[in-house]
Amino acid sequence: MINRKQNDEKKDIVSTLFKAFKSFGTSSPIILGVILVLGLFRTFVSKQMLSALFTGEFLRDTVISALIGSISAGNPVNSYIIGGELVKENVSLIAITSFLVAWVTVGIIQFPAEATILGRRFACVRNILGYILAILVSIATVKTLVIIQ
Amino acid sequence: MIQNGDRKDRVKKRNGAKYNGIYFLGAVVFIYFLLFFPHPEKIKNSLKISADALIQILPSLLFIILFMGIMNYFVSPGAVSKYVGKGSGIKGWFLAIFTGILSHGPVYAWYPILRDLRNQGMKSGLIAAFLYNRAIKIPLLPLMVYYFGTRFVLIFTCYIVVASIVQGWIIQMIEK
Repeated sequence: MINRKQNDEKKDIVSTLFKAFKSFGTSSPIILGVILVLGLFRTFVSKQMLSALFTGEFLRDTVISALIGSISAGNPVNSYIIGGELVKENVSLIAITSFLVAWVTVGIIQFPAEATILGRRFACVRNILGYILAILVSIATVKTLVIIQ
Repeated sequence: MIQNGDRKDRVKKRNGAKYNGIYFLGAVVFIYFLLFFPHPEKIKNSLKISADALIQILPSLLFIILFMGIMNYFVSPGAVSKYVGKGSGIKGWFLAIFTGILSHGPVYAWYPILRDLRNQGMKSGLIAAFLYNRAIKIPLLPLMVYYFGTRFVLIFTCYIVVASIVQGWIIQMIEK
């Protein structure tokens, strides 16, 4: 009796793991597609190309930097490095901050995966809000920093 | 009867997601094929970068699959509903923020697990808060401090948490 119960539990664990694997399997083509797009992005878009888009004009830079951050993807370390370089080139800190925030909170490259798995409406609203909030967070962060200093 | 209908809807959605994924992957492969002729070296490099990225994230993917299986076995929809569902209240927000900060690996690897949690009753607003808080990377904070200073990082981190709540709340309002 106990052995049968143990077998049932064992079977359940195995079947839930199998279900998880199957559930993940349905998302694997889109995840693979996103990884391949990332490969293209990193080869065809260099750090220099991204840095060259900043002009020094505060408002334009802030809006564009959030857009560049949204399109960019990959390890956030890269965003810190690019941001660090932009600080040296006297690009406004608000623009750099919106770039850093958008890099991790908005995902244009991951959008197909997010929309397919979590729903198009959710992905659209989340990314649009993420873009607006990236600009607001950057302004709030730098203004607070200035007040404290 | 209603449960059967829900299950059918979920299966339909999952199959739709599967085919959308295949179409997307097919489109990306086609772009690689088109770009191969004018830029063979760059395409080889892109493939190498993608393969390296895939190898790098494999442990995270395996961890997430295992985590999904264990979670489905031990955590009931009732528990999901209690901790991150409609009646979860402030503890749901804390949980989403805290787990979002602690989560590792690429964001797209977390989508399937979040979909499963939502199917079990997790609020969309908390999913958004979880995803937003992934902007705070504890292992990378020293590097951020090096480039931007301690004060900047502290203020930045606080505003990220606030923004995650704002975003989650707005999404929650829209979903209602």
